[in-house]
Amino acid sequence: MPIKSPFFPRTSELCTSMLWKEWAGYYAVNSYQIPHDAEYFAFRESAGLIDITPLFKYRVTGPDAAEYLARIMVKDITKLKVGRVAYCCWCNDAGKIIDDGTVMRRDEYEFFVTSADPSFSWFSRFTRGYQVELEDISDQIAALALQGPSSRAILKRICDADLDRLRFFRTTSARSGDNEFHISRTGYTGDLGYELWVENKNALRLWDAIMEAGADYNIRPAGLDALDMTRVEAGLILKDVDYFNAQHVLIDDRTSSPFEVSLGWMVDLDRRPFIGQRALQLEKAEGSAWSLAGIELEWTEIEDLYARYGLPPEVQHHAWRSSIPIYTDKSQGKQIGYATSGTWSPLLKKNIALATLQSKYATPGTMVAMELSVEHVRHTVHAWICDPQFYNPERKRSNPVKDIAA
Amino acid sequence: MSSANYDAIIIGGGHNGLICAAYLAKAGRKVLVLEKRHVLGGAAVSEELHPGFTFSVASYVVSLFRPHIIRELDLAKHGYEVIPMDCSFLPLPNGDSLARWADGNRSRREISRFSRKDAETYPEFSRVMTHMGKLAKAVIDHPAPDITSLRPAELSNMLRLGKSFKSLGPELLHLNIKLVTMSAADFLDRWFESDTLKAPMSVSGIIGTFQGVRSPGTAYVLLHHYMGQLDGVFRSWGFSKGGTGGISMACARAAEAFGAEVRTNSPVQHVLLRNGEAKGVVLENGDELLANQIISNLDPNRTYLKMVGEEHLPQEVANDIKRYKLRGSSGKVNLALDRVPEFSCRPGIGDHLRGDVAIAPSIDYLEKAFDQAKYGDFSTRPYINAVIPTLTDPTLAPPGKHILSCFVQYAPYHIKEGAENWPKFRDAFGEAVIDTMEEYVPGLRNMIIYKQVLTPWDLEQQMGLTEGNIFQGELSLEQLLFQRPVAGYAKYKTAINNLWMCGSGTHPGGGIMGASGELCAKTMLQNRSV
Repeated sequence: MPIKSPFFPRTSELCTSMLWKEWAGYYAVNSYQIPHDAEYFAFRESAGLIDITPLFKYRVTGPDAAEYLARIMVKDITKLKVGRVAYCCWCNDAGKIIDDGTVMRRDEYEFFVTSADPSFSWFSRFTRGYQVELEDISDQIAALALQGPSSRAILKRICDADLDRLRFFRTTSARSGDNEFHISRTGYTGDLGYELWVENKNALRLWDAIMEAGADYNIRPAGLDALDMTRVEAGLILKDVDYFNAQHVLIDDRTSSPFEVSLGWMVDLDRRPFIGQRALQLEKAEGSAWSLAGIELEWTEIEDLYARYGLPPEVQHHAWRSSIPIYTDKSQGKQIGYATSGTWSPLLKKNIALATLQSKYATPGTMVAMELSVEHVRHTVHAWICDPQFYNPERKRSNPVKDIAA
Repeated sequence: MSSANYDAIIIGGGHNGLICAAYLAKAGRKVLVLEKRHVLGGAAVSEELHPGFTFSVASYVVSLFRPHIIRELDLAKHGYEVIPMDCSFLPLPNGDSLARWADGNRSRREISRFSRKDAETYPEFSRVMTHMGKLAKAVIDHPAPDITSLRPAELSNMLRLGKSFKSLGPELLHLNIKLVTMSAADFLDRWFESDTLKAPMSVSGIIGTFQGVRSPGTAYVLLHHYMGQLDGVFRSWGFSKGGTGGISMACARAAEAFGAEVRTNSPVQHVLLRNGEAKGVVLENGDELLANQIISNLDPNRTYLKMVGEEHLPQEVANDIKRYKLRGSSGKVNLALDRVPEFSCRPGIGDHLRGDVAIAPSIDYLEKAFDQAKYGDFSTRPYINAVIPTLTDPTLAPPGKHILSCFVQYAPYHIKEGAENWPKFRDAFGEAVIDTMEEYVPGLRNMIIYKQVLTPWDLEQQMGLTEGNIFQGELSLEQLLFQRPVAGYAKYKTAINNLWMCGSGTHPGGGIMGASGELCAKTMLQNRSV
């Protein structure tokens, strides 16, 4: 049976829809209200607050902490400066991804690592020989994501952190009254936003402070349905949906390398040995079989298909996550890949998806065809390959320059 | 021709003018947009009227904007964001209220307090209107075919349109004929019994027209409002981030990104004609700018009679334009408030305030409001469509402060004292609106930090909307499709060579739809006119 996060007293009161799911052993809200689009728009237009406590959290301390993490992660963590955050993945010896998460350097010898799967066992395999201590603090730290254009203004109201200067993928400690917590400018919506890390005993106080300060900014508690739409728009991949933990799959075909899921940019190949290095070097030299791409479905064809049945075009109100075949052309000549998740983007007015394709078909601008069922019949519609970052507002990275000058 | 500096000059930087510019620029044409005011947007404009408060001065909500324009011009990248409304709220004078939600079951429960039958008929009505809405693509997204023409292109367009109507089947087709001939009130009577439900639904039929809910033909306007692209969702209305000017600014940024030049503070005095053809424009400062094609985003009256001049027009065209009905019927009262206005019938700051609030307690109330207007007075108890956009988009006002924007009907342009005397009645009009609202929001007057009252006269003076008509001409059947604005010149091309029109005075008409601007540009490109 799932357990309750420290925020449960608040989330359960607000979740009038009673729509819950299980996330990593916790109760998690799918959507607080029956249509979840207000929560989606809160992420994009004001601020949404989501309980992300179910993430796994680790503290890594000691003089060799950086060296140790650099050995596990595909990114060279020794180069990560204090106060910075790295989005990272880690691989097995075959260079296939096990999981992804964030690594935050809170101090010279102190790191905070998040993951989607329990990772203590994997991480602890490599501690030998390093002066390092690995602690699983998953059950001690509660976490919230405050995402959306108003998130900075709300947080500024409740804490002392210098948020006008806190840049994208930076982290800082913060104090709100006598409540201490950590802030990282990270998130899963591809928008301006922060994640807050707080001890369980202080969790409710933090929730209340944020909701109170956010009242003037149209803050809304948001659930996973809304989050899923925004993460597809942002082109952010999800474990067990867009790729699988290499340690959990039954067949090798289900594994992916960082290069195959568009995380190649984070791989620092030429440095001291790290897990998966040799395999990744080889793949880099020979090229990857698969690539992750964005695809945009040709809307007019969808309209025409529905019109054939006398129907107005329908859009799915939820992001979907099922494997759907992608072909070279509409006659279903050759299957060249599959879409793994997608959504109707209310903001972009586009039907978008993330897809895994044979690399030679993954060039932006290429036209492919995707299966689409209308009225119980399978059809195909054209789709265009594009950058998976469908939505990428400037505010995600920018800082209020005006305020800094003042 | 070689002396022309631009392929096209667009007079007026409303959203249609900017969209037209963006499409032409995207096709590689050299385009200049000239806006007389210091801000872009025309009637889709956001202005900081009071420090910290940004108002959607005129047009205030959006529903009909064509989604393919968002895709084709990449408007989301340039800041286009529309947030759907949660609710349509109707406070009643007897202390009761009706809220209609996106959640169908929630609406059913609310409506059933007034009529259990209506509550269950309501989704049926929506279903049928959704079928009607399918016509949107056939009607809105193409230039209107001319039924008097035998040209093959026209005939094939007619056929295409005919097919879409035929695909409705006989039952819906009959309904469609009822829609275009009946009054909104009569049409709704066929479906519903509760006045409380019918009244707020019927107002879609009168917005922007000088008609009452019992005037024949108003049912069509009802349909016009169901044609919004819904994303498959029932409620189709939304707030533009940053006010409706946010849409215009996104269109302007898109146009500029494609290479168009956009100038504000550049009022055009008239269109420059040579040998009866448009050659350029003369600015009010005397500058002459030449272009191969001139496109007017202004209303038909202003385009033909002021920019060109009656003396340069064929007499029958001049007559038609003079007969074209503008007759503004609405005004705006924009208030900055020091807190959220709470309604006594449903206290608290709930989601019922995050949509539109209709002051339309009964069909009789609405018809009485029109009665006064018929004889040249503004309604002392008007229909009001109010929104508190700051509850959805908090960036429009300082934290904790709010905007209450009231669309008010009727405020006839032609008051019996004469339109030019509107300024003398502006305060009284504003007071009537605040009095009316205060019956539902006790203490409203004490919350007001700033007040702006716009009469139809003001809309004409400030925004250049002739007679203050928000749609650049009534959306009545005789002024739609191949007769908008006048028969024979309804395809964006005017009676003057090289002069085009792209405003909502052309097919398919008003509302922040963008279709006129898009179709004008596409027509010009298709004809190789530019």
